[in-house]
Amino acid sequence: MTRADVIIVGGGIMGCSIAYHLARRGMRRVVVLERSHIASGATGRCGAGVRMQWGTKPNCLVMKESIRILEGLEQELSYPHGIGFKQKGYLFLAHSKAQLIQFQKNVQLQNSLGIPSEIVSPKDMKRIAPLLDTTGVVGGSYCSKDGHCDPFHTTRAYALAATRLGATLLQYTELQSVTKSAEGTFKLTTSAGEIEAPVLVNAAGAWSGYVASMLGVNLPVYSERHQILVTEQVERVLDPMIISLHEGLYCQQTPDGSFIMGLGDPNEPKGLDQGHSWQFLFAVSKKISRLLPDITGVRILRQWSGLYNMSPDRQAVLGAVDDVPGLYVACGFSGHGFMMAPAVSESMADIILGNTPRVAIDVYGLDRFKNGNLFYEPAVV
Amino acid sequence: MSSDAIICRCEDVLLSDIRRLLDSGLTTFDEVKKFSRCGMGPCQGRTCRSLVLAEIARHRGIRVQDLEPGRFRPPGKSIPISAFLEGGEEQ
Repeated sequence: MTRADVIIVGGGIMGCSIAYHLARRGMRRVVVLERSHIASGATGRCGAGVRMQWGTKPNCLVMKESIRILEGLEQELSYPHGIGFKQKGYLFLAHSKAQLIQFQKNVQLQNSLGIPSEIVSPKDMKRIAPLLDTTGVVGGSYCSKDGHCDPFHTTRAYALAATRLGATLLQYTELQSVTKSAEGTFKLTTSAGEIEAPVLVNAAGAWSGYVASMLGVNLPVYSERHQILVTEQVERVLDPMIISLHEGLYCQQTPDGSFIMGLGDPNEPKGLDQGHSWQFLFAVSKKISRLLPDITGVRILRQWSGLYNMSPDRQAVLGAVDDVPGLYVACGFSGHGFMMAPAVSESMADIILGNTPRVAIDVYGLDRFKNGNLFYEPAVV
Repeated sequence: MSSDAIICRCEDVLLSDIRRLLDSGLTTFDEVKKFSRCGMGPCQGRTCRSLVLAEIARHRGIRVQDLEPGRFRPPGKSIPISAFLEGGEEQ
């Protein structure tokens, strides 16, 4: 039986970054369990966007801090390859007056928290993104400090920094069962043997509900499939991420020149299906041809899908699980876990160690589902 | 083979890049692909996949046929967005 001080289940951005912050704060035996390889789940399948434009105060504060951290992360983690962080902005399109009014409320909130977003006219939007067809667009919101970050390399940067600080990363190691002993220790059976620790962190993304159920904990989350595609690399013609909540579409051109685009489709299956459909290629092509008609000659290279771990109010579920002392959870990110990890992981590490976190995350606690303090995020694709 | 031989012509990945990643602990084609972009270009790995698998097999001391070949993503051959603008199911 191997002993650890903490075991983190899940080697995505969340598990690797929490491991780094625990190790950096002096925790000695930190173990990350990953069934496949790091960033093989939702992290490595996401749209690679990072933004401060949110509709609820906690998300704005978490993302303002995350982007501040990302600005210096290559140096902090000593990762010479780089993490592909580029601030070329996010442009939200409003297709109706009602939507624009919601954006105005969001921007007012963002500005009050020091986030440099602004309401833009269709004419401004043509200046920010000249290829954008603004037909039917009444306005939008824009923040030039939002942008792109490479999920694979950001996760690897955290994982390597954590292992340099003494953490152990067990890849291709599957969790098979967990029990809690009378002394309060978690005993895990894995494909590579048994391991025990007094603290267990559930950062298993789409599988977090399943991992919790092994301990008899019922998390109010479920998973659903979201599809995405990437094109060949072409000359850089589009700076910001374009988001149309009306079309349920997002599209950005990454620093290497390929376009990444995805849809929020209410008909996608719930559960753990990570397949894909030909219907998606037709649906996304038709939508993108309306917004960016000049890129329809670009060739699609790959399509895939990833799993959003959804919570009832589309907000993360973070912190201690009160019924099971020593158990912590970081899940339910509802499609925006990658971008929130830099700030959330630091706060999670502080909470696990009994410190006061710099960015408060108590509003994301599990107790909100008992006392009814849900806070619905309006700005999600 | 020289260590500056080009393995992935689409993404300019050298044999030495592959070897460095394998030395750092990567063990599968999918990991090499994600962390080097090898096989992510227009040819979708038609040239590099077998070369990388041979290098992984040599590094791990096992036979190529015992390795996971890595995922193949559709559509397999690149298709312009415009080809999807007619037909399909109306959304």
